[in-house]
Amino acid sequence: MIKRIPFFVLFFIINYSYSQTISGKVLFKDNGIDFPIEGANVFWLNTNQGTITKATGEFNIQKIKDVKSLVISYIGFKTDTIDIEDKKFINHYLTFSDDNELDEVTVSKKRKTIQRTYLMPQNIVKISEEELLKAACCNLSESFETNPSVDVNHNDAITGTKQIEMLGLKSPYILITEENIPMVRGASQTYGLGFTPGTWIESIQVTKGMGSVTNGYESIVGQINTEIKKPYSDIPFFFNLFNSVDGRVEANAHLKSTVSEKIQTTSFIHYNDRKRANDKNTDKFLDKPIQDQLNLLSKWQYTDAANGIVSFLNIRYLDDNKKVGSVDFNEKSDLSRFWGGEIFTNRFDSSFKLGYVNPNIPYQSLGFQLAYNFHDQESYYGLNDYNISQKSLFANLIYNSIISNTKNKIKVGLNFSSDSYDEFVFKSNIERTDRSFGGFFEYSFDNLINLNLVFGLRYDNHNNLGSFFTPRLHFRYLLNDNFSIKGSAGTGRKIANIFAENQVIFLSNRINLNKTFTEKLYGVSPEKATNFGFSLDHKVFLFGGQGNIIFDYYNTTFENRVIIDFETPGEFNFYNSTFGKSKSNSFQAEFLFSKNNWNITAAYKKYDVKSYYNSGLKEKPIQPRNIIFFNYGIESNKINDKNWKFDVTYNRLGKQRLVRNPRDNFELVDPHFSINSQITRVFSSKFEVYLGGENINNFKQDNPIIMANNPFDPMFDASIIHGPIFGSIYYLGLRFKILN
Amino acid sequence: MKKYILLFLIVPFFSFSQSNDKSKKETFKVDGNCSMCKKRIEKATLSLDGVKYVNWNKRTDDLSIIYNNNKVDIEEIRTKIAQSGHDNGEYISAIEVYDKLPKCCKYRDSEKH
Repeated sequence: MIKRIPFFVLFFIINYSYSQTISGKVLFKDNGIDFPIEGANVFWLNTNQGTITKATGEFNIQKIKDVKSLVISYIGFKTDTIDIEDKKFINHYLTFSDDNELDEVTVSKKRKTIQRTYLMPQNIVKISEEELLKAACCNLSESFETNPSVDVNHNDAITGTKQIEMLGLKSPYILITEENIPMVRGASQTYGLGFTPGTWIESIQVTKGMGSVTNGYESIVGQINTEIKKPYSDIPFFFNLFNSVDGRVEANAHLKSTVSEKIQTTSFIHYNDRKRANDKNTDKFLDKPIQDQLNLLSKWQYTDAANGIVSFLNIRYLDDNKKVGSVDFNEKSDLSRFWGGEIFTNRFDSSFKLGYVNPNIPYQSLGFQLAYNFHDQESYYGLNDYNISQKSLFANLIYNSIISNTKNKIKVGLNFSSDSYDEFVFKSNIERTDRSFGGFFEYSFDNLINLNLVFGLRYDNHNNLGSFFTPRLHFRYLLNDNFSIKGSAGTGRKIANIFAENQVIFLSNRINLNKTFTEKLYGVSPEKATNFGFSLDHKVFLFGGQGNIIFDYYNTTFENRVIIDFETPGEFNFYNSTFGKSKSNSFQAEFLFSKNNWNITAAYKKYDVKSYYNSGLKEKPIQPRNIIFFNYGIESNKINDKNWKFDVTYNRLGKQRLVRNPRDNFELVDPHFSINSQITRVFSSKFEVYLGGENINNFKQDNPIIMANNPFDPMFDASIIHGPIFGSIYYLGLRFKILN
Repeated sequence: MKKYILLFLIVPFFSFSQSNDKSKKETFKVDGNCSMCKKRIEKATLSLDGVKYVNWNKRTDDLSIIYNNNKVDIEEIRTKIAQSGHDNGEYISAIEVYDKLPKCCKYRDSEKH
């Protein structure tokens, strides 16, 4: 509690220094009657600092040092510039414009860094590049810490990996794509989120609930799509350096070159390492792995706007190495004395995309995607060897058109995907090939007034899942200008990659009693789930700013959930839940508010995730029952391109159930919280420096590894962790750009 | 069964260029000011059976339209736009309709280019 106080003090200081505000009203006169103007732009001359008027025409704007001229504009009216001097309140009348050019004078309002799609039926949150700059965000797994749509958890006490969750379900139930091509999937499920460097990301779209059928049958609780920076719009050069107190060093360089008017290319180079051995809790185990990663991407773009063609070619190579376990462990031959492990990952990605829009018939377009990936992980965790390789081929053809008019849009397309897995686990070889061919149809209706509807249906023929339909429905209904309701429902399916998704199994001496794992699909049936949910979104205008109040409810019901059962100490089991349907209910209340140069996000999330284990109906272990999230961000006014940016996030995890184990003599973990914060100094449009802290309140889980002193004991287990193990981490970074 | 479903999904690909035989594309000027005008003009046009696509550019006042000439003709379209309150060429909106337009849409009061 005491540790929180300095932050609130800091807020007051920041708020105080800007507390000089001017308020006013923007109106127009018609036949001698005053009418307020809603949505007029009010901003300081030659700055991007501004606000918009409320329905009553009122506004509040903070004073900027040395700027005395206020610009007021609204489409259809003359733009006025007025001198403020020492005035506190202004009543200003706009007059109708005499010319048509006014639309071009409107100044862009400050774009929100997290945007909710108000007009689309899907519940999508878009995270922009600016939002990613609010935290360290070294890679995709760390990119969700400043917004509440995705939960981030620690995977285990050894590999330093973070797992993401949506609606109370882990990432395998989320379709994770990169530019709409499946990315973190199968073999890359555990570590794959760490393979997309944060600086490469242009934006992330998080879809809650069912995704579109055009992206396949797999997404069950949501979809996370990452867009990488496009060569056409990229800046010529970008450079970033990062260093944190745990010894992590990251370097990123992006270099764009223009080959011709139509062809641009960007080379992305990423390197990170941590050579330092950290053992803050003195349990003789590394708190974080010793690691290095080299990640290279070459992206090519061809644009021929006159003929409606855009095309991309991407080639990527990744080499990632991690060493984990005992601080005294050096190489595999030490395994008789110390517990240790190494994880070597090599990955090659290639993809080609072609988009065509008929220049004469703009509503017809055709898109084609082709991707080939090769993923190879060789690893050992103590005496458990685990190797997996995956070869994937993915092809997608999609055609967009209309039925009778643009209120009725259709998408039809075909998918082909093939994944060959080759695993070596518990001294057995397992090979599997998944091949599926499918077609989809999606119909969207928009009545141009208050209703949007998307209905999608796909039919897939899969060698291991059989032939099946996947229906999905989304709608959005506008009750009035400020109040929308969205809903979605649909089904999804998935083959559980038992070992690739649950590599924590190897971080213990648990013994598996099902001996059937070498059978087809590891001896379990594929999972099928139904998800439905709705979201209410109400816009509010308060204290001269704009906000949203949002309520979400989602329910996921599994027909034959695959349970990874750690309930008995010393054992792990996996099986289809047969006694009843596993369910996940999630509820979220969110409040967003922004005014001038600051914004807040506050959220309360409640989860009820239960499955039928062989031992009965149980709550999902290590799942917070509720989460309280709060984020506050502020930017100072830009003077000669210089400014400050400050951001703080509070995240409180509620009670979590633990599986029975020799360390903890309680079933529920007490709530705990963490505070992250970052401050950025922008020196110019080319150069900025940022300093931040994660888990500043220094919360640590005691004894994260069970039997750390005797890792060859059958009870040794590093998988039961519910919070951070490292304590506070501070970091410092810089960004340098060469602009066009 | 499977094959028929896939066939059903593939068929639209072949209709890519064929279905546009009766389609006509035209561009003409429609008077208006703002994005409210744009919404009104496009909504009115799309409410006609046979109109497939419409886009009004508020900067140039150009309206691009694709329609099925067997179902609707250009006179009907231009009349409909005028009825919604927007003058286009010799199709002039009635004064009662024009008077009901919001202030920012009063394009007659401002000087045209």
